[in-house]
Amino acid sequence: MSALHLAAEAHYTPAVDAGGAVLGGVWLLIALPLLGAAVLLLGGRRTNAWGHWPAIAMSLASFAWGVAALFAMLGRAPDERVIAAKGYEWVAVGDLSLRVDFLLDPLSISFVLLITGVGSLIHIYSVGYMAHDDDRRRFFGYLNLFVAAMLLLVLADNYAVLFIGWEGVGLASYLLIGFWQAKPSAAAAAKKAFLVNRVGDLGLLIAIMLMFTTFGSVAFSDVFTGLDGASQGVLTAIGLLLLLGACGKSAQLPLQSWLLDAMEGPTPVSALIHAATMVTAGVYLIVRSGLVFQAAPAAQLAVAVVGAATLLAGAIIGCAKDDIKKALAGSTMSQIGYMTLAAGLGPIGYAAAIAHLITHGFFKAGLFLGAGSVMHGMNDEVDMRKYGGLARSMPITFATFGAGYLAIIGVPFLSGWWTKEGIIQAAFDVGGTQGQVLGWATLLGAGLTAFYMSRIMFMTFFGAKRWDDGVHPHESPASMTGPMVVLAVGSLGLGALLVFNYAFAGFLAPVVGEPHHEFDLAHMLTSPYSLIALGVMVVGVGFAWLRYGRAAVPREAPKGNFVTVAARNELYGNAINEGLLMRPGQVLTKALVAIDTHVVDGLVNKVGTGVRDGSEGLRRTQSGFARTYALTMLFGAAIVVAALAVRI
Amino acid sequence: MIPVTLPGAALMAAPVITEEPPAIDYGLLAPMLVIFGAGVVAVIVETAVPQARRRVVQVALTLAAVAAAFVLTVLQVGMLPADEAGATVAFASVAVDRPTLFLQGTILLLGLISLLLIAEHRNGESAFAAQAAAVPGSDEERAHVMAGSQHTEVYPLVLFALLGMQLFPAANDFLTMFIALEVMSLPLYLLCGLARRRRLFSQEAAVKYFLLGAFSSAFFLFGIAMVYGYAGSVNFARIAESIDAGGAGVVENGQPLLLLGIGLVAVGLLFKVGAVPFHNWKPDVYQGAPTPITALMASCTLVAAFGALLRVFGVAFGGAAADWRPMMWIVAILTMVVAAVIAVTQRDVKRLLAYSSVVHAGFILTAVIANTAEGLGGALFYLAAYGFTTIGAFAVITLVRTHENGPEAGDITQWAGLGRTSPLLAGALTLFLLAFAGIPLTSGFIGKFAVFEAAVAADATPLVVVGVLSSAVTAFFYVRIIVQMFFAEPEGDGPTVVKAGAFTGSVIGIGVAATLVLGVYPTPLLAELLPDPGGETPAAAVGFTR
Repeated sequence: MSALHLAAEAHYTPAVDAGGAVLGGVWLLIALPLLGAAVLLLGGRRTNAWGHWPAIAMSLASFAWGVAALFAMLGRAPDERVIAAKGYEWVAVGDLSLRVDFLLDPLSISFVLLITGVGSLIHIYSVGYMAHDDDRRRFFGYLNLFVAAMLLLVLADNYAVLFIGWEGVGLASYLLIGFWQAKPSAAAAAKKAFLVNRVGDLGLLIAIMLMFTTFGSVAFSDVFTGLDGASQGVLTAIGLLLLLGACGKSAQLPLQSWLLDAMEGPTPVSALIHAATMVTAGVYLIVRSGLVFQAAPAAQLAVAVVGAATLLAGAIIGCAKDDIKKALAGSTMSQIGYMTLAAGLGPIGYAAAIAHLITHGFFKAGLFLGAGSVMHGMNDEVDMRKYGGLARSMPITFATFGAGYLAIIGVPFLSGWWTKEGIIQAAFDVGGTQGQVLGWATLLGAGLTAFYMSRIMFMTFFGAKRWDDGVHPHESPASMTGPMVVLAVGSLGLGALLVFNYAFAGFLAPVVGEPHHEFDLAHMLTSPYSLIALGVMVVGVGFAWLRYGRAAVPREAPKGNFVTVAARNELYGNAINEGLLMRPGQVLTKALVAIDTHVVDGLVNKVGTGVRDGSEGLRRTQSGFARTYALTMLFGAAIVVAALAVRI
Repeated sequence: MIPVTLPGAALMAAPVITEEPPAIDYGLLAPMLVIFGAGVVAVIVETAVPQARRRVVQVALTLAAVAAAFVLTVLQVGMLPADEAGATVAFASVAVDRPTLFLQGTILLLGLISLLLIAEHRNGESAFAAQAAAVPGSDEERAHVMAGSQHTEVYPLVLFALLGMQLFPAANDFLTMFIALEVMSLPLYLLCGLARRRRLFSQEAAVKYFLLGAFSSAFFLFGIAMVYGYAGSVNFARIAESIDAGGAGVVENGQPLLLLGIGLVAVGLLFKVGAVPFHNWKPDVYQGAPTPITALMASCTLVAAFGALLRVFGVAFGGAAADWRPMMWIVAILTMVVAAVIAVTQRDVKRLLAYSSVVHAGFILTAVIANTAEGLGGALFYLAAYGFTTIGAFAVITLVRTHENGPEAGDITQWAGLGRTSPLLAGALTLFLLAFAGIPLTSGFIGKFAVFEAAVAADATPLVVVGVLSSAVTAFFYVRIIVQMFFAEPEGDGPTVVKAGAFTGSVIGIGVAATLVLGVYPTPLLAELLPDPGGETPAAAVGFTR
């Protein structure tokens, strides 16, 4: 445990006031996409023809502003990079003062650029992808709404405003998963995501209430500076509740079940919301609340354990799914498990978690867009057993998907390698049994990642053509391939840019603390753990090649052994939810309904009919005759005078 | 000869007769003078300008005058001395202080918006009768309709009503207040009877309003006489001094006189705000009057009447709060409960909003009962917020018709399916209804919060409990309209929505904007109205001047 506290001295950096228009106007980041959403959603059919262009413009403008803000921030000394941009006082009642203020620091600007950058690319991609959809305008309205809500989430300087953004992205996610609501499966998936997230959101909400009662405020600054005064029990409770919130949003065990179903949404949505940005909000929450978790080691350990368990569960599910999007969704779960695990290691893992989050945002968004491109060319077929040999028909998709693939499995010097290596290293650095267990989990995960990603790669782009009749795969239009190429470049090079010399960790230092040791590339390449990681990757790829590259892939899924069946069934997560929660829930609901109809409703209906009967009776006093009214007034005057007369 | 002293002569403080003309600060009266002058000019316009151009001239004149008066009112805020509440003008008969200026500014702004509705013309048709003097259904009426006659007298009438509304909360003695009351009411009686459609109904409403208004004025006047008998003065400050001193010595044991006076004055004022049991006129009049006039009454008249009520009970009778509180409690509870209950079975949208206005009056009464600076600030915010929302709601009503060129769709079943045919209009009305119900992020929530908070702080928690329960009941019928609009199957083709003119459209737009802005970002306005908790402003500068 000693290593856990290696850099645990409080690294709380007080915020300085924003100077200048760029940093002071940070609210514009949120306002622009919100305006876009308002125009598109309120404008209605009139905006159908051109609605997607302002949506893209708003997202790009927000990105440009974000870049300007980054440069303005880099122009300041590191300890002045935590910037408070005053908004306004929202509610001031008694002890509660809620302000809508923004906090722009290295952590939030990283998210701002990820959200608006990847978001803009996906906006552009969607122009082509949704070209034939009658409701494209509504789709772009929701996308803009999502971008605005997500920016509010990461720019909030207190938990209450963060929660508004948190609910906002939840709403956007719900609307977009169920975008094709005519499909019952999409409607059900949206509902499921909504319900599961509700559990997590409730956790976050209770955590916020606990903070208010404990610290008298929900502002980050007050909470983080008041931690000394709180008892261990309360802090642990807050930490665990925050973790519950994070689990819901980031699809971590035990609230993971909604993410795979969420793939019912249009693929750009899966790329933006359910891979690159929204699902990483949980990791953001944990890193942002890092000081709380450092003060509550038990909660912090729970974070790491949840991360480790999810990283393996997600990877196993990813190995067995034949639906390309669901396989990638399993992978998303798993990769976010990596980040959660790193975030559960304390300060030594925060920079690694966020770095991986950002590179993952690029390569996973690229992979999803690639999957979308494949579906686009294959008449919306998602079953990989009906793909095969697509490398020649879709060269650009193949190349960009390949770049993402190489990055995620951790080929040295590509983005994923740099950041995943950081997490593996950080896990082992914790030391003791805990470090060993977590470390080996990350290594095992690396092997599984190599296997399932290679499986996707081989089944889709190599081997024999197993297409359905009448399918003529073709490359997607430039509006789709363009963003894919940009993301592919990020998948290849971004990791080095971030990790080399710990540039990114140094940048984040005002928020998460200084990197705990010197950067050493030679060590990174030759340490035993990195060699093992390389080894398991080769084994994973090789095994996948034996199964899916060299051997023919049957068009019908073979029965498989019990592990495969379990993985196909998402490790029985849904069955567990059903048995443990749904069935008892249904029984409980039935009982409650019975009580409700017979007892509560009886009472309420009595009150209701009482009010109505009273209303009918009183209505009669409203006879329409002026004389009756005058009499009522006289009667009223008598009451008034009588009420005063008692004071004589 | 034995010197004869008239009883109470010393107390009457007879004005010293000098040869100097009285000094009156016309600057402080400027907004009222502008409206008055414009009203006089508008009467001349009626006779001097040919009929064809009269409407345009009247609309321009009226809007310009109200806007100018509003600007003058805003400018006056800066002219008030910083450490005092305000100043009195013309032998202390008119008070100009911050709450008054806020009330007057609100009245003028809401009046301006109502005027936009009043001025709306659709295919040469306004909301007003072509010729009010013609017997409904007669050949003469038909001839006037065919000829396109119109009553441009509406505009001077509205100006005079606005003058009365400006003066009503500013009056600093009972006589001025009574004159203001009549100046305000008489034009409104006339305006109520001018509806273009269902004219008999409209005329009936006007007569009822007139009769009951006269009845309540009688109470008011009688009450003034009683108070004068007790205090020997009709000036609010002098009355307050007398109450603080335990009587003015005009009569021995004057307490019954004072209490009777308070009660009867209260009847007159409570009638104007429409509190139960003096509310009967409201549903009939709101339903019968032309809808733009209903909007004017529901917003401006309510603001003026509550302004006067707050001043009388805060300044003149403030020292006797312990005496009148139980009475106000009863009235407030009756108002919140009875009106909410009756509204449940209403079917006509305008009637429903009338009852809703009565319930809201009950909520604001809780702030009157608090009788604190917080209560005053909360009530002022509530009045402004409610005014904007209610005008917006009535503006929506003017657009929804049973059929093209038909009358407004009154019955709520005729509103079924509006959400599908006109989602924006239905959405706007939904927002207004949610604000009435006090849903967060609308101005209604903040307003309710402000008045209830003030009431709790003044130990009137049971009232607030009643208020919250009553809100729950009111939410039922607001939501019922929403359900009708969005979820009910329309009979036939559903309601017809006439295209909103620029005026009506901007009224709805302003209503939506104000409802949202005051709900999401109320702080600047609240900070202006509520006493500064830091205590930076001197205490004397908060509240009404005495």
